[in-house]
Amino acid sequence: MTSLLDNVFNGLALGAVYALVALGFVIIFKASGVMNFAHGSLLLLGGYLTAVLHDDLGFAGALAVSVLVTAAVAGAMDRFLLQAGGPDPHTAHVQTIVTIGVDILILTDLSRRIGGDLLSLGDPWGDSVSGLGPVTVADSRIAAIVVSAVVIAGVFALFRYTTWGLSLRASAEDVEAAALMGVRLVRVRMLAWCLAGALAALAAVFLAAFPAPGLERTTGQIALKAFPAAILGGMASPPGALAGSLLIGMTEALVAGYQSELHVLGEGFGDVAPYAVMVLVLLVRPTGLFGGKAAVRV
Amino acid sequence: MPEAPPDDEPALQVEDLDVTYGRAVSALRSVSLTVPHGTVVALLGANGAGKTTLLRAVSGTLRLHRGAVTAGRIHYGTTELDGRDPVAAVRAGVVQVPEGRRVFAGLTVDENLRSGGLGLGRRRPDQVARARERVFTLFPRLAERTRQAAGLLSGGEQQMLAIGRALMAAPRLLLLDEPSLGLAPQMVHRIAEVVREINAQGTAVLLVEQNAGMALSLADTAHVLEVGEVRLSGPADELARTDAVKRLYLGETSGEGAETAQRAGTTEGQGAA
Repeated sequence: MTSLLDNVFNGLALGAVYALVALGFVIIFKASGVMNFAHGSLLLLGGYLTAVLHDDLGFAGALAVSVLVTAAVAGAMDRFLLQAGGPDPHTAHVQTIVTIGVDILILTDLSRRIGGDLLSLGDPWGDSVSGLGPVTVADSRIAAIVVSAVVIAGVFALFRYTTWGLSLRASAEDVEAAALMGVRLVRVRMLAWCLAGALAALAAVFLAAFPAPGLERTTGQIALKAFPAAILGGMASPPGALAGSLLIGMTEALVAGYQSELHVLGEGFGDVAPYAVMVLVLLVRPTGLFGGKAAVRV
Repeated sequence: MPEAPPDDEPALQVEDLDVTYGRAVSALRSVSLTVPHGTVVALLGANGAGKTTLLRAVSGTLRLHRGAVTAGRIHYGTTELDGRDPVAAVRAGVVQVPEGRRVFAGLTVDENLRSGGLGLGRRRPDQVARARERVFTLFPRLAERTRQAAGLLSGGEQQMLAIGRALMAAPRLLLLDEPSLGLAPQMVHRIAEVVREINAQGTAVLLVEQNAGMALSLADTAHVLEVGEVRLSGPADELARTDAVKRLYLGETSGEGAETAQRAGTTEGQGAA
């Protein structure tokens, strides 16, 4: 018997992990206008690297390598594939299609390597649980919430206080004006992709940790739930991605928790729920929760 | 061609410049002009004459519009600028205020000003403070609104912010693209004063305008572009007296205010004044 508190906590933990993925997705869209359909594969790549390296390097070392390599792959993909022709604001849709191709390439190779296996990432939490007042929760979920909160706060600080963050926000508003100020468009954008890749690799850890059975070749698809989170948040709004992720995570946990009461909707409605929520939100607010046009006086 | 001046008094020199968009549309043909150190040069012309294209070529943003320099040279002092990226221009001290202001609407006034220094990389805090001081002295209104979103400023304030943002890079040559566009006559007057003041502080200005009355009153020399070619060049006061300019660019009145923006025909071809 799960209580409301259990469900809310699970929803929070899921939402926190989705937020890592959705935030990367939104950062990429904001920086380049590209929907990165390879985001799930990048996540899977990060998880796979952690899985195969943790025996030799220990969990922390494997995670560090995995985050760096995934960041590098994402950055290289942007710099040498999508931006090969230099900054060009008119081809974002073409580049979006290219990411589908990259997704297929990475996914095919990783599926071949992983096969039907369930890989352990060697995370330190295992299946241990802790009691938090009336509820019993998995340590991995507490870790997910804490780590996500810290990392996301760090990302928002990067946006607000660093030169890179200012460059990114300026070029997202107006590429040409940013170029005229001397913003290095190619580099700023590539770093955005690196950051998104790093966030995906980190998210993989929590998507594969208990109570999930481990990393499988379909783990990347779980990340697809971050798509509705990003879209209903407003696509180019990092705070929107955060809110959207929590909403999706909460929806999923509550629908799963009250599955028996919701049986009229059929089995497995939890998988559909994120999209149902997305559609409902977009019906009311077509630009997403935070996607409303900024106040502009002309 | 005089030899390149020493770099402490650089001049912008555009020589026989051809610019083409999409490998097909010729936007500038054989355009030459010079902006000597510390002067104000006006560039006049109707819509589509190629004024903005010239500024894009200097600033290195043609590529964002699928354009390219196909012949000719641009250099500022000893720095080659044709075919370079926008960072090169900013580093050389050539900074553009684009047409339509283009402030970052969702960023605060303060962040807009900070963004003006992005091209110079790390700078000493006192240099940044001095640049900011200069901007706030010119535009006290901005100092009161540093935390406000730029999109909420009035049109005139946005133009001031756009100029202030460019000044944050401490330019030696300011490229101003239609600063009077869409502004009330009083604000146009204020912008003219600001341009005079910036120039008096030692910054050269290349002023692109449709408001010929305002531009010619400020400029030392002026050029008239028509369909991608320089039609008239000369000292601004002489040019203001030529019949062609009077008729096409100044209208019947002496050209006070923004309404002078005209929809002139393009056929008149007279030799340089």
